Amino acid sequence: MAALLELRRLSKSFGGLRVISDLDLHVDEGEIVSVIGPNGAGKTTLFNLVTGVYPPDEGEIVFAGESLRGLDPHEITARGIARTFQTLRLFLNMTVKENVMAAAHCHTRAGILRAVLRTPGMRREERAIRELAEQRLSFFGQRLMGYRWDQPAFSLSYANRRRLEIARATATNPRLLLLDEPAAGMNPVETHEITELIGRLREEGGYTILVIEHDMHVVEGISDRVVALDHGLKIAEGTFEQVATDPRVVEAYLGTKAASTK
Amino acid sequence: MATDPNSPRVGVDEWVASHEQRQERRAGILGVVQRELERLPSPVFYLAFGIAAAIVPAVTSDGYVIKVGLDTLLYMLLALGLNITVGYAGLLDLGYVAFYGFAAYGYAMLASPKFGVHWDTLAAIPVVVIATVLLGFLVALPSRRLVGDYLAIVTLFFGELFFTVYQNGQHMSLFGFGHPRDVTGGPNGIPNIDQFNVFGGRIGALNYKAYFYVALIIFLLLLLAMYLVDRSRTGRAWKSLREDPLAAELMGMPVNRLKLIAFACGAGIAGLAGTVFAAANTAVFASEFDFTSGLLIIVYAMLILGGAGSLGGVILGALVVNISLEVLRDPGHATWVFFTLIAATLVARLRPWLWLGIVFVGTVAFGFAVHAIVTAAWPRGVHGQAAVGGALGSGLKSWVILPSSPMTIGNVAFIFLVLAVLVLTLLHGWVQRLAMIPTLYLAAFVWENRLVVEPSVTRLILVGVILIVLMNARPQGLLGTSRVEIV
Repeated sequence: MAALLELRRLSKSFGGLRVISDLDLHVDEGEIVSVIGPNGAGKTTLFNLVTGVYPPDEGEIVFAGESLRGLDPHEITARGIARTFQTLRLFLNMTVKENVMAAAHCHTRAGILRAVLRTPGMRREERAIRELAEQRLSFFGQRLMGYRWDQPAFSLSYANRRRLEIARATATNPRLLLLDEPAAGMNPVETHEITELIGRLREEGGYTILVIEHDMHVVEGISDRVVALDHGLKIAEGTFEQVATDPRVVEAYLGTKAASTK
Repeated sequence: MATDPNSPRVGVDEWVASHEQRQERRAGILGVVQRELERLPSPVFYLAFGIAAAIVPAVTSDGYVIKVGLDTLLYMLLALGLNITVGYAGLLDLGYVAFYGFAAYGYAMLASPKFGVHWDTLAAIPVVVIATVLLGFLVALPSRRLVGDYLAIVTLFFGELFFTVYQNGQHMSLFGFGHPRDVTGGPNGIPNIDQFNVFGGRIGALNYKAYFYVALIIFLLLLLAMYLVDRSRTGRAWKSLREDPLAAELMGMPVNRLKLIAFACGAGIAGLAGTVFAAANTAVFASEFDFTSGLLIIVYAMLILGGAGSLGGVILGALVVNISLEVLRDPGHATWVFFTLIAATLVARLRPWLWLGIVFVGTVAFGFAVHAIVTAAWPRGVHGQAAVGGALGSGLKSWVILPSSPMTIGNVAFIFLVLAVLVLTLLHGWVQRLAMIPTLYLAAFVWENRLVVEPSVTRLILVGVILIVLMNARPQGLLGTSRVEIV
């Protein structure tokens, strides 16, 4: 299968701190890849590089055969990469539905003039955006349905805010979804649900998924392949079993002593 | 919402799910009226406002009222434009008034004896508005990567730059080449501006009634346009940008371009208002657009009071602030407002009721006691006149000390009042409440002897106090929705 996303010798430093060094990574079409690693390993920086928040110091990011060099984040999103945030960044004072509708911006057209004139094309587009938002929200069963559509996003529970972030990201019609710790702060039942949900996102939505996750049950449940990072370096790659038993990974998580006594 | 008993229950917060039943409903006719009003779409209210405003010149021929109405409409237009940059896109633009001034001067240059050009109104207005939109783009270009305080400083600089150039524009030359020419008229401004001339119908000079209707029609059309934009793709993108620019960018919205559009649209509306302003007043002066003229602050006050981001708030904010400013020009009205404000604040904030009674009765008794002592000891101390007539005036006359020459003593008392208020904030409990009694009396004394005779300053102070009180009670503004930050 062709690689949808390919990182070639990617590096990024902040001041003297090398956060990502010489990272090679590829995600194939239809794959679910998990990135694991201790805090500060460079996982979120990796997402920020792919989505264009920072430019890489060295290396190349290739998406669907084209380099993303020099593109603004919104252009990268328009090409088909959408993400969620570890520290939720919803549009808190907009309604649940508006949050999702706003994300349809990059694949819709109508500007101010057409909005004021209410042209038939604009009204058709607006209807399509509304239907898209409702369809994306219905993906989560009853959780984000009904009266919640018109409630402000801040009124949602923490778990529902995480779900809304995913719904919003899918409204940009992406090919690749980057999920930054989707199960953080969820209770065991919700965590189990998220595991199923990520699988459904691929089966029903057709998205390729790159996910950062700390919860090893989730990682085990969803991953085709696992990549372990530590201090910006790729220390292991392979199936969950291979990576979880890799001595360098155990060392990165637990320290040298624990690794040697194992 | 009908809940399916088989659907998963975990994560469905029951408390939120049953919010409909919990919401308090007003019973009876009032409740029905309230529910029906809530169901009406906003344009119905805009139309009601339009009809009410259109009736004003029909029921009164008082030129003053119509002029105030015209000013209020121009303020509403300004607030409507500012609402795009500040209310929707969340960009703090402190140079906004310069766009208004630029357009007023632009119209004046194209339609006045100044350069001997007399463009047709329907040609001049679009040209000026488009030029203002372009200026908005130009200002936004270097500012588009700035946020918050930095953007505020750059735009404030631009506003002052505009004022300085136009105020000193009577000897202008391009980079020192050629003879200096008079471009803006300097401090003398541009007089004798042409009246609007639409489809052969010429508006007479200083016919405020006609300009009132022109401004009203422009405002209602733009209000409807903004209502449509608010609910459109661009409106959602602007609001996303205000909520979280980084998230907006990463969700595929071109943040920089959206900022430029917001700036330019705001500038365009200010530009349209500027042309009406220039034609209606027949002359423009740079000083009217200076920071010290207070125009910028007044427009911001209207926007914030009404609720930034709310279109109904634009109408209400402009009405409340401008009508307050006009009402407070009259010392009698201002006195009523002053004492009502104090009484209302005390009633709202002072608890328990016993203390409220003690402070009220105490202040009145304290006043009469002081008045009696002064009458006996220093008769000239009560010979002044109260600024307000009627029952309130005669009541004040026998309660507040009114020296025949109040200037010096008023100034000293003002300083003591400020000190007394500062001390009051340091005190606690019953000491503070007792200390309120002489402080309130001192406030009344300062008001009657010093503040009330300077209405031009006092009305601004009073409007400031009204703003502080209202923003404390309702931080989101009268019609705004409260904004929540989750940390």
